[in-house]
Amino acid sequence: MIEVKNVDKSFEGNRVLKNVSAIFETGKTNMIIGQSGSGKTVLMKSIIGLHRIDKGRIEYDGRNLPDMKMSNIRILRREVGMLFQGSALFDSMSVLENVMYPLEMFSPSTKEEMIERAYFCLKHVNLEEKAFDLAPSEISGGMQKRVAIARAIALQPKYLFCDEPNSGLDPKTSLVIDQLIHEITHTFGITTIINSHDMNSVMEIGENIIFIENGENAWQGNKDDIFHVHNEALNNFVFASELYKQVKQANQ
Amino acid sequence: MSLLNDTGMYVLLMRRVLVQPDRWKMFFRQFPKELEKLGLQSLPIVVIISVFIGAIMTIQTKLNSANPLLPNYTTGLVTRDTLLLEFSSTIMCLILAGKVGSNIASEIGTMRITEQIDALEIMGVNSANYLILPKIVAFVVMIPFLVIFSMGLGILGGYFVSIFTNVISTGDYITGIQYAFVPYYVFYSLVKSLIFAFVITSVASYYGYYARGGALDVGKASTNAVVNSSILVLFFNLLVTSLMLGK
Repeated sequence: MIEVKNVDKSFEGNRVLKNVSAIFETGKTNMIIGQSGSGKTVLMKSIIGLHRIDKGRIEYDGRNLPDMKMSNIRILRREVGMLFQGSALFDSMSVLENVMYPLEMFSPSTKEEMIERAYFCLKHVNLEEKAFDLAPSEISGGMQKRVAIARAIALQPKYLFCDEPNSGLDPKTSLVIDQLIHEITHTFGITTIINSHDMNSVMEIGENIIFIENGENAWQGNKDDIFHVHNEALNNFVFASELYKQVKQANQ
Repeated sequence: MSLLNDTGMYVLLMRRVLVQPDRWKMFFRQFPKELEKLGLQSLPIVVIISVFIGAIMTIQTKLNSANPLLPNYTTGLVTRDTLLLEFSSTIMCLILAGKVGSNIASEIGTMRITEQIDALEIMGVNSANYLILPKIVAFVVMIPFLVIFSMGLGILGGYFVSIFTNVISTGDYITGIQYAFVPYYVFYSLVKSLIFAFVITSVASYYGYYARGGALDVGKASTNAVVNSSILVLFFNLLVTSLMLGK
């Protein structure tokens, strides 16, 4: 579980996160949603430690990240997997080498065990074996996302972060990626945090949703609660499209 | 203010770079790739420029030293000493600052803007050390060979002039390049080149590592890397020359 308590973060006097508190539960797909510029990316980067917060606590199962030395943060990060918006695969390496990389860097396993683990991860994300030796630039965006997920779970992380996992993908592939993240979260008991403004994802896999508005935690609930909320900002954000307005009416 | 800020950030980056790698195995996997990319792939340009400059220098020196009071071997001697003292180390490193510097800055800069460096950091890898240290070590290892190669090829270029033209006789040229040879000049040149190699790779890495934005910014980082490493090469050239040759 990751617990965020009273977190504040400013950039050059501009207060981006205002006393944010939230709980991200283990074995659930926790989603941070909000409009562009609301502070959700800053919140996620603060939780990972890419931004140093001004005030508050970020506890990874009781371990407070802001109190840690860099060397301890590096050790903690070995328990973290991350899926980046643009996949962030290493373009000088093949698909298999990308997944092998964290294993070679940190795992005490033998070469054979590492290859076995990489194959397991790549097959778990339904990637065909013929793609293993290709460069990331030679595979589609959806496949790149799957490779990035395989790399993120290679070291069996306790925490998985996904930054806009569906960005640039067609609806069908987006659904596949959402279901994959959801399945991995439940199968391996990971604390997953997804930063998204894709309402399809929210409705599909949003088990614990945090709505950020103007740097504040404006609402927290799940995908079923979201239809019965009287928060105007949340309603304007979630039910902005005609389709979702109709879905809401049908649910009420 | 910007200079102070850049200097401070450069020093902090080097503190992260110049430490023991997380895994030596990964360092030694990167190292030969960098030797090939930064060193061996620089060979063609070193060969072409050295041969031509050696030839041109011989012709120009001969034309500018047409004085009966000067011995015939002067041209060979001046060509050799110019190559040894300045061309093969400083000028060659300025040229390599363009090739190697832009290569490093654009590679690391692209990794930065495509979040590959963030991915390394999230994994718990010291990204600065993993990406930059093999480049610095590889180029520092390769540069003495490139400089010695350049010296030899420059002298060969002058020799070609003596064979294929009537500018200077082969005998006079060979006498010139053997006359009053000071081995210390080679040592001085190699010491300079080691410092230049460190400057070029570390400064280019700095600009790439802190690149922000998009493709345009990677281009800017690459330009800044080449311009600033060239200026620093000239500055350190003056400093080292004062220390090693100044009386």
